[in-house]
Amino acid sequence: MSLPSKNWRLRNQRYRLVGEICEKCGAPIFPPRDVCPECEAPAQTPYVFSGRGEVYSYSTVYHPPAGFEKYVPYTVALVRLEEGPMLTAQLTDVGPEEVHIGMPVEMVTRQMQTDGDEGVIAYGYKFRPRMG
Amino acid sequence: MRDVAIIGIGQTKVGEHWEKDLRHLSLEALQAAMRDAGVEHVDALYVGNMLSGELTGQEHIGALVADFAGLRGVEAVKVEAACGSGAAALRLGYVAVAGGLADIVLVVGVEKMTDATGPEATAALAMAADADHEVAHGLTFVALNALLMRRYMYEYGYQKEDFAPFTINAHANGMNNPYAMFHMKVTPEAYARARMIADPINLLDSSPVADGAAAVVLAPADWVRGSGKPVIRIAASAVATDTVAIHDRRDPLVLEAAALSAWRAYQQADIGPEEVDLFELHDAFSIMAALSLEAAGFARRGEGVRLALDGEITPQGRIPVATMGGLKARGHPVGATGVYQVVEVVQQLRGEAGANQVPDARVGMAQNIGGSGATVITHILIRDS
Repeated sequence: MSLPSKNWRLRNQRYRLVGEICEKCGAPIFPPRDVCPECEAPAQTPYVFSGRGEVYSYSTVYHPPAGFEKYVPYTVALVRLEEGPMLTAQLTDVGPEEVHIGMPVEMVTRQMQTDGDEGVIAYGYKFRPRMG
Repeated sequence: MRDVAIIGIGQTKVGEHWEKDLRHLSLEALQAAMRDAGVEHVDALYVGNMLSGELTGQEHIGALVADFAGLRGVEAVKVEAACGSGAAALRLGYVAVAGGLADIVLVVGVEKMTDATGPEATAALAMAADADHEVAHGLTFVALNALLMRRYMYEYGYQKEDFAPFTINAHANGMNNPYAMFHMKVTPEAYARARMIADPINLLDSSPVADGAAAVVLAPADWVRGSGKPVIRIAASAVATDTVAIHDRRDPLVLEAAALSAWRAYQQADIGPEEVDLFELHDAFSIMAALSLEAAGFARRGEGVRLALDGEITPQGRIPVATMGGLKARGHPVGATGVYQVVEVVQQLRGEAGANQVPDARVGMAQNIGGSGATVITHILIRDS
């Protein structure tokens, strides 16, 4: 389900990997969560991540949930960002057989989901093999 | 606090019940439990369910089930904690009886999943995960577990086929459970050939979408002591939580909530894992079984699969799991599963588990997991003679 208001609300994290940084202990936080997971202090200072990371784990989806049928098969991954936090995203510009744990990847902005021919197109982060 | 006993159990066969909806399934299970308990009235009804609204268009099923069962007027609410909904309902029932707020409490877990198409059910189940940061990226529940399984294989050097004993054991046990969805033996060859769902998880690593309902009746243990029948006491009831999204965990291969919940339960029951005779774990996927065994102290980190390979999880092994088929062979009607697990532990402790009876079972543990480990609820039952 791709809700326009939700896409708008998440625009900073989805389009630019804007997370937060804890002013107290310095932990970078993504996705943003407003309370530091390390020291539990309030953490609402924006922090832009580099978008570089590596594959922690991956899988290829053959049986999609409703709304993702046309993308099958697609590869999803847990990506460890170089700043520390991990996130979940699709891999792109790479075949499933080429992916491996530890593979360096970088963030790109891609279409995540469409809502029919006339609905809103949701954009967000995916990761591709790092160039250079 | 009062000691709480389970005085009645009931369950429907798990499967595709085209002729029955939520209320009929619930009624069948709760009537069986009330007959077994020999009670005609209850003080409260807690209904564990995850997806009634999403998959059948019906919410508000506390009142619905109470009315349909002829219990109009009774206190009744639905309890939701994703796939942990069943045990969460039991937890509330336990709290009510232990705290003296109610005497006879009925707990029902129910799920009706087959009215929806496969992709609809897949999307609905994914609601247990983080909608904005996991599901929005096309992750299914299977895919989330696949990420864990792949990493587990990478870190500890296992092959895909090393996970087969979890499936083989569950299906061997399911063969002897009349309430199980599947009655089919699985061979290592069949496991190796099974269709891939989300690499490396295949069809036989996964629990099936199913309909079903299970119920228990709770009462103060003192009420049933001295009746001549064995008293099945809830010696521990513990809930713990973790991050909903896997990527937010300190170490994705450690189910912290499962460990917290298990160790809180051991403390309440004043026992250690070595005293547990059987463990109904949440084997929604083979990897979850391995991680649960490790979190609950039956295997060291990375050795949950080793325990299965060594044959220690069969009814004759050191820690029998999925003794009536588990989520894979009995089936996984999500919101009902936690109650099925407890019903099966009671069967074992009463000595009513038939061909799957664990010899001299006195202490049984059930652990119900919501999501990929965000809500974990452990109950320990002890037979007092």
